[in-house]
Amino acid sequence: MANDTPLLEVTDLVKEFTVRKNPFDKVLAGQDLKVHAVDGVSFSLKKGEVLGLAGESGSGKSTTGRLALRLLDPTDGSVKFEGTDLTTLKAEEMRLLRPRMQMVFQDPLSSLSPRMTIGAAIRHGLDIHNLGDKKDRDDKVKTLMESVGLTPADFLFKKYPHQISGGQAQRVVIARALALNPDFIVADEPIAMADVSVRALIMELLKKLKDDHDLTYLFITHDLATAKYLCDRVAVMYLGRIVEIGTKDEVFRHPHHPYTKALLNAVPVPDPARRRTHELPRGEIPSAVFPPSGCHFHPRCPFAVPACQEARPPLRDVGGGHRSACILN
Amino acid sequence: MNDVLLRIEDLSIDYPIAIGTVHAVRGVSLEVPTGQTLGIVGESGSGKSTLGLSILRLVRAPGKISGGRVLFEGLDLASLPEHEMRRVRGKDIAMVFQNPLTSLNPLMRIDQHFFEVLKAHKPDIKRPEALTLIGGILTDLGIEEGRMRAYPHQLSGGMRQRIMIGLGLILRPKLVICDEPTTALDVIVEAGFIDLLKRLQKDFNLTIVVITHNLGLVAELADRIAVLYAGQVVEDATAQDIFHEPLHPYTQGLISCVPNIDLDQEKLTTMEGSPPGLVDPPVGCAFAPRCPKVMGRCRVQEPELIEHRPGHKAACWRIGQEAPHHGE
Repeated sequence: MANDTPLLEVTDLVKEFTVRKNPFDKVLAGQDLKVHAVDGVSFSLKKGEVLGLAGESGSGKSTTGRLALRLLDPTDGSVKFEGTDLTTLKAEEMRLLRPRMQMVFQDPLSSLSPRMTIGAAIRHGLDIHNLGDKKDRDDKVKTLMESVGLTPADFLFKKYPHQISGGQAQRVVIARALALNPDFIVADEPIAMADVSVRALIMELLKKLKDDHDLTYLFITHDLATAKYLCDRVAVMYLGRIVEIGTKDEVFRHPHHPYTKALLNAVPVPDPARRRTHELPRGEIPSAVFPPSGCHFHPRCPFAVPACQEARPPLRDVGGGHRSACILN
Repeated sequence: MNDVLLRIEDLSIDYPIAIGTVHAVRGVSLEVPTGQTLGIVGESGSGKSTLGLSILRLVRAPGKISGGRVLFEGLDLASLPEHEMRRVRGKDIAMVFQNPLTSLNPLMRIDQHFFEVLKAHKPDIKRPEALTLIGGILTDLGIEEGRMRAYPHQLSGGMRQRIMIGLGLILRPKLVICDEPTTALDVIVEAGFIDLLKRLQKDFNLTIVVITHNLGLVAELADRIAVLYAGQVVEDATAQDIFHEPLHPYTQGLISCVPNIDLDQEKLTTMEGSPPGLVDPPVGCAFAPRCPKVMGRCRVQEPELIEHRPGHKAACWRIGQEAPHHGE
């Protein structure tokens, strides 16, 4: 707690994907195109903290999550885990660090091998890292299964993914992520596929596990209500950049960036007395191949001034560590 | 204003499968007045999509309507001969499906999709007239007329979803059924779609049925909401009453397990367990095994959907015992 080194520190992270040129496209023939999926993202995570990465499709939030675990290599920038820059590590060094950082994906059924029993799936990491003998591993798996609510563990251990429900499958994926006692978990839309009542169960489970296992989460979601419920701090992304970051109270109560405001205003509130009355931003999220100049949001922003088109607005402190990237703030 | 456009009476739908019969919809009765929006809310397997499909009699074989009536302007669609049903489909009642990318043909331009719909119901329509109609509807949807020459993959997800509703509306139907119309959309696009639907409803005096698990969506759109559980309506009331004074424990659980961005929630209510299988629906109340307020009677006798307050129906034995202002 008192340690000042953040668990994870991401600095000026950039990830570009090259799109193969289309030989039939006359306009673009001869040039390779670059998608600027992540465009200069910086944030840090303290131990025990939950940071939400919120944004629409194409905002770069999932790519950022993968870069944070070095499941992708960044084009530029650094990812420091307890001060160690992951981007400079050799594959073997990275492999030794992997148990400490895990990922939970959106679709549990496509994250599980249909040919592996769920017990074997949860045990897989323990097998790979050769921890304990077989009986110890099986016991550990059963304890884990019980802690995530997969009971009776003895009975479910031998089941295959198609024999369990979607909610149970997500618990398997979470148990698997926990098997190697990680410190850090990236959860990429872990509840998006689940049914309403299952979502609440998974959210409560994630909260409880965080406390029990002293975990730190990077929680990726498109649903701001979920982010508000689960996270300590929230970063809002738009076209590869963080436009606003702060504690959830600051970001949700006093949003500064016009995009954050638009997003918050668009969230349907489950209360018919609170129907939305505000105008929505014009148009749709532009292509990340040809992003707008200056502030990416300026073509849709109701407050845009000519200066917005010129330079990228820096993330500036608007009070108490709450930062927003808008020249009008 | 208040005449009933669609009345579903005691509708049941069965799917015979190898191990028995799935009773997907079990005795559902609902009413939708002209110009209003009914939200049908439920989780996967509650029968909500089957119910929506049955209105247009699109339930896929071997599924079949095994009882009850679907009265549209007094006409029973459940027993209408197929050739007459085809005249109703698309023309009087339109359906907007969940995923626009799988509902649009990737090899057809947008205008061709519209031609197909128009031709099916107006075989004599001339091209210039059709183009005028298409141009008009695209303008209503906020899409440039020129985009009618585009293929589906050239449009954004939000535009495709607007095309879907446009295809539904081009024949000026009286009723539109939307099955999870916004699941594939981002929040701002979703909000735009909600605005569009509300505007079209006003302009065309549309009656809308929205089928969804998204409580935020029905809170924005619906006048009335029916909550479906295990193929039955467990509660049917105005949107206000469903969200502010839900009577059924399932509705109460559903509403309090959803994070609300307007509130500072410490903990969400959780409902353990899952809905029962519908091959052999349980005796008594289908929600009893998961219900926090279950009593002995719930497990042996099925509660009926009763009007407990004016316009507010629910199917639960507990109601009345707990609410003293309704005490016997």
